[in-house]
Amino acid sequence: MSYLTLSAYEISQKVKSGELKAVEMVEAALAQIKAVDGVQGQLDYQQTDPAQDNKVHAFISITEDIAREHAAEVDRKVAADEDPGLLAGVPLSVKDIFCVEKTYSTAASRMLSNFVPPYTATAVERLTEAGALVVGKTNLDEFTYGSSSESSAFQPCPYNPWNPLHATGGSSGGSAAAVAAGETPLSLGTDTGGSIRQPAAFCGVVGLKPTYGRVSRDGLIAFGSSLDCPGPLARDVRDAALMLQAMAGNDPKDSTSSLVEPVDYLAALQQDVRGLRIGLSPDYDHIAYPDTETGEISYQSIQKEVSQAVFDAAEALAKAGAEIVENVPMPNSRFGIPTYFVISRVEAASNLHRFDGVKYGFRTDQPFEDLNELYRLSRAQGFGTQPKLRILMGMYVSAAAHAANYYQRALKVRAMIRKDLTDAFDPRGAYRIDTLLTPTTPTTSFKRKEVFGNSVLMQYSDQMTVCANHAGMPALTIPGGLDPAGLPIGLQFIANDFREDLLFRAGRGYELSTADASWRQVKPLVLREQEVNK
Amino acid sequence: MKNYEIVIGLETHIQLNTQTKIFCGCKADSWESEANTNICPVCSGLPGILPVLNAEVVQKGALLAAAMHAEVNPCSIFDRKNYFYPDLPKGFQITQFYEPIGKGGYMDLTMPDGSQRHVRINRLHLEEDAGKTKIDHGVRLVDFNRCGVPLVEMVTEPDLRSGAEAAQYLTQLRQLLRWIGVSEADMERGHLRCDANVSIREVGSTVLNTKTEIKNVNSIDAVRQGIEMEAQRQIVAVEAGEKIESYTLDWDAEKGTLRKMRSKETEADYRYFREPDLLPVVLSNEEIERIKASLPELPLARKARFVTEYQLNDYDCEILTSERGLSDYYEAAVKAYGGEAKSVANWMINELLRLMKEKNLAASALRITPQDLAQIIQMVDDGEVNAATGKLLVSKVDVTGQSPAEIVAKEGLGAVSDDAALLALVDAVIAASPKEVESFKTGKESLLGWFLGQVMQRTGGKADPKRTRELMIKRLKN
Repeated sequence: MSYLTLSAYEISQKVKSGELKAVEMVEAALAQIKAVDGVQGQLDYQQTDPAQDNKVHAFISITEDIAREHAAEVDRKVAADEDPGLLAGVPLSVKDIFCVEKTYSTAASRMLSNFVPPYTATAVERLTEAGALVVGKTNLDEFTYGSSSESSAFQPCPYNPWNPLHATGGSSGGSAAAVAAGETPLSLGTDTGGSIRQPAAFCGVVGLKPTYGRVSRDGLIAFGSSLDCPGPLARDVRDAALMLQAMAGNDPKDSTSSLVEPVDYLAALQQDVRGLRIGLSPDYDHIAYPDTETGEISYQSIQKEVSQAVFDAAEALAKAGAEIVENVPMPNSRFGIPTYFVISRVEAASNLHRFDGVKYGFRTDQPFEDLNELYRLSRAQGFGTQPKLRILMGMYVSAAAHAANYYQRALKVRAMIRKDLTDAFDPRGAYRIDTLLTPTTPTTSFKRKEVFGNSVLMQYSDQMTVCANHAGMPALTIPGGLDPAGLPIGLQFIANDFREDLLFRAGRGYELSTADASWRQVKPLVLREQEVNK
Repeated sequence: MKNYEIVIGLETHIQLNTQTKIFCGCKADSWESEANTNICPVCSGLPGILPVLNAEVVQKGALLAAAMHAEVNPCSIFDRKNYFYPDLPKGFQITQFYEPIGKGGYMDLTMPDGSQRHVRINRLHLEEDAGKTKIDHGVRLVDFNRCGVPLVEMVTEPDLRSGAEAAQYLTQLRQLLRWIGVSEADMERGHLRCDANVSIREVGSTVLNTKTEIKNVNSIDAVRQGIEMEAQRQIVAVEAGEKIESYTLDWDAEKGTLRKMRSKETEADYRYFREPDLLPVVLSNEEIERIKASLPELPLARKARFVTEYQLNDYDCEILTSERGLSDYYEAAVKAYGGEAKSVANWMINELLRLMKEKNLAASALRITPQDLAQIIQMVDDGEVNAATGKLLVSKVDVTGQSPAEIVAKEGLGAVSDDAALLALVDAVIAASPKEVESFKTGKESLLGWFLGQVMQRTGGKADPKRTRELMIKRLKN
C-alpha cells in the first residue's frame, strides 16, 4: 500500500500534480489508524480485550471531520490551479498539548478532558494553511510531564510499534508511535527536555527540536515556558525540514518567537557533508546521576550498542567528507538534569495555577464549603501524580526561603551549559564545530512499567537531550540502527542558534551514506504483523 | 502625653489611559460595561495563550517615571506574582518585581500654609490589574473585564507626616497625571487607588514602628480622614501600654470608619520569578532622552514661572496652573492681548472659570478661544464696551461661536460714549427728576448712583459708566 511507503514530500508532490487526491490520503490515514491503533486513550479505562496488547494506541481523539474538510479544500485548490501549499494533502497528527479549535485539547489530563478551545495554535494553523490534514490528536504524558507517555490520564498509553511491551518514550510518545506505525507521515510534537527526540529515538523516527523561538508557542499548553519548543516528527530528514519550513517564523502572538528569518531548509539538503565539522564529546558517553541516599554523583556508561552507533555514524560521515573533531568538552552537561528539575518545575507549577476549577476544565463534583476547598478538591482530583509532584517541587525551589539556593543557582548553571556549546561552535574557538554528534538516549526503549513510578530515573533518560533545551539551541534525532533486541537507536546532532540547516545537512548526509544498511530494511513489529495478517 | 508624629507611606495604583489593555487587544476601559464583555483568551487566562506587551504602556509608564524624577530603567523585566484568587484567571499576576521601570524619584509638596515636604519615591512598576468578584444572593460572581488593565504601582518612602500631607500628595499626583496625559486619575472610577501605611513614633525618633495598612480608600478626603483616625487610634493604644499589631484596615466609605480585615503577621510568599513569556523591556538611551524631552513643563515649574514672568500673586498662579489646559489657555490669551497679564488673570478667574463650571467643561473645550477673550478685554480697555457688556460677551461668544466684534456690531452693544449723546441722556434724566435733583443739591450726594442707574436703564447698560459719571456730576453741580 503506497500510503505507508510514501514520504510527506512525495505525497505533497503527487497531490499537487493531481496524481493523488487529498481526500484519498485522509481515508488511507484513517484506514491505517483503524488497522493498527486499537482503542484510543480514554479516562477510567479498564483493559479486558487482549487484542489491544498488540496495538499502538497513539491517539486520544480522531478528527476525521476536520481532516476531510481540510482535504476537500486542498483538492479544490489543486483543481482551481491555486497553490495548495508545501504540505498539500499530507495527513498530520498533533500532540494533544496543542489547542485546536473544535477539538478536545486535553493535555492528557482529567483537568482538561472536557476542554474545547475557541482558537487554534499558530503552529497547527500554519501547517493546515500549508495543506496538512489534521487526522487526530496524539497521546502523551499528562501535561507532557514524563519520558514514557505512561503518565497519561487517557489509557491505554501509546505502545512502541517496534515492540508493544516497550515504551514509546515521551512525552510525544503518541506522535512518535503514529509516525513509526505509518498512521501519519508527520506529527507535531513538543520538546521541553527531550520530549520530541527521546520518543523519536525510541520509535525509530526523525525528530527535531528547533531553536527556541523558531516556532511559535502560541496555543501550546505550557510546561516550561522558557524551554518549550514545538517541532516535527517525521520518517526522514527531508520531511522534517519540509514541516519546519511550513511553520517556522515570527508570530506576533508569541513575544518570544524570533524575528530572525527562517532559511530555505530544503535547499540546505542539497548540500553534502563535505567540510562540515562534526564534534564528538567524551561527556556524552555516560550519564551522571546523584545517589538518592548520599547525593554523590555516580557515572554509568551508556548502552554499548548506542555508543557504538555514534562512532559508526562518525565514521560514515567522515567517509562522506565531514571532518570529525574529537574530545569536545561539555563539562557542565552533567548538571543538565538537576538544573532542569529546578527550572522546568518552577515554570510548570506556575503554569498550572490557572487550572483551579473556577473557569474551565475539571471541577470537583463533590460538595465544597468554601473557595479553598473548591481549589483543593478540583486540583486533587483533576491532576494526576506527575503534575502534583511538579507543583510540590516547583513551589519548594521557588519559595522565598529557597529560591537563592535552587532557582537562582539553576539559572546560572543554565548559562554555563549554554557556554559549553557556544564555545564549541565559536568560529574563533578551539573546536569550531558545526554540529555536535551524540547519542539521543542513554539506552534504547525500556519496557513499559519498568521505570514508570521512579520520577528521578525516568528523568535521567533525558540527560543527552536536555542541554539543547537549556541552551535554546536546535537538535535533531535520526534513526541510527537497531540494537540486538531489534529496538531503534537514535543519533543526535546539536547546532548553534538557528542552524537547523546544518542539522538537516548532517542528518541527510548520514541517511544517504547508510541508505543500503540492512537495518533500514527492517520494519516495526506492528507493521510486519499487519503485512502477515493481510 | 508624649509628643507623637505620624509616619505615612503611600502605595498608589494608577490606571494608564491607554487604548488597549497591557497584554491584549481588549479596550483598556470597561467602565459601565456588562460583566465579562470586554475579555479575550489572553486576559481571561485560557491555556496556551501568551501575553504581548502594549508599547503605549511602556511609553506612558516611562513618561510618568521621568515626571517623578525617577531613573528610567533601560532594562525592566516582568515577573510572575503567584497566588490563587478567582479574580486572577492565570493564577499569577504579571508585574515587575526585581527590575521596575522606574527607580527612586521624588515629589515636592507645597502645603496650603506654605510649608514644604519632600516626598521620596521608592519605585514605579508596570503591572496588570486583576478582575472583580462580588457576592450576589449568596453566589460569588467573577467579572474579568478589568483583568489586564494597565497599572503603574508607585510607592513612596515613609516621608509623609499627616493626613493633610497625604491628601496634598494625592492632589498633586492627580494633577500631574492629568497634566502629562497618562491617566484620567478619577478616583471614583478607580483610576487612582491608594493604600496608606501608617505608624506613629515619638517626635525626634527615627525608628519605623509597626505599621497598619489602610486599603480601599476611594477619595482624597477619605485618605486624610482614615489616616488621622488610625493615627489617633494608635496613639491612644500606645499610651494605654498596648502594642500595635500589623494588620490591614478596610475603609468603609459610607460610615466613614475603618474595619480590621486581616492580620499580616505571616507575609504571603508570592514566589516571584521572571515571566518567561515576555522579553525584557529595553529602552535605549536615545529613547529615554526622547521621553524625557517630551515631558511638558510640570505644574510646579509653570507656577513658579507665572509668578515671575506675569507678576501674579501666589493665589492666582495656583488656580491658573491647577490644570495644564487652563494654564495653556491663559498663556495664549496673554499673548493675544499684549497688555497687563494680571488683567487677563482676573478675567480668567472671574469669568472663564465661572463659565467652565456652568458648562462643566475644560478650558480647551469651550467655544470661546483665548483670542476671543483677549479681544473682549481689549474692547473694555478701549471703552468700546463697558465692563458689564464685556462679561456678557464672554457668555455670548461661547454660545454663538461668533467673534466679540461681530456680536457687538450685530446686537448694538457698543458703549454709548460720545459726549453729545450722553449729555442728552443726562439732561433728560435731570429734567424728569426734579425732586431727586433738589435732594441732591441739598446734600444727599449718595443719589448720584441713582441718577447713573437711570442713564443705564435708558441705554440698556451701554453707557460708558466713567464718562456718564463725569458728565452727570458736572451737570448736577452746576
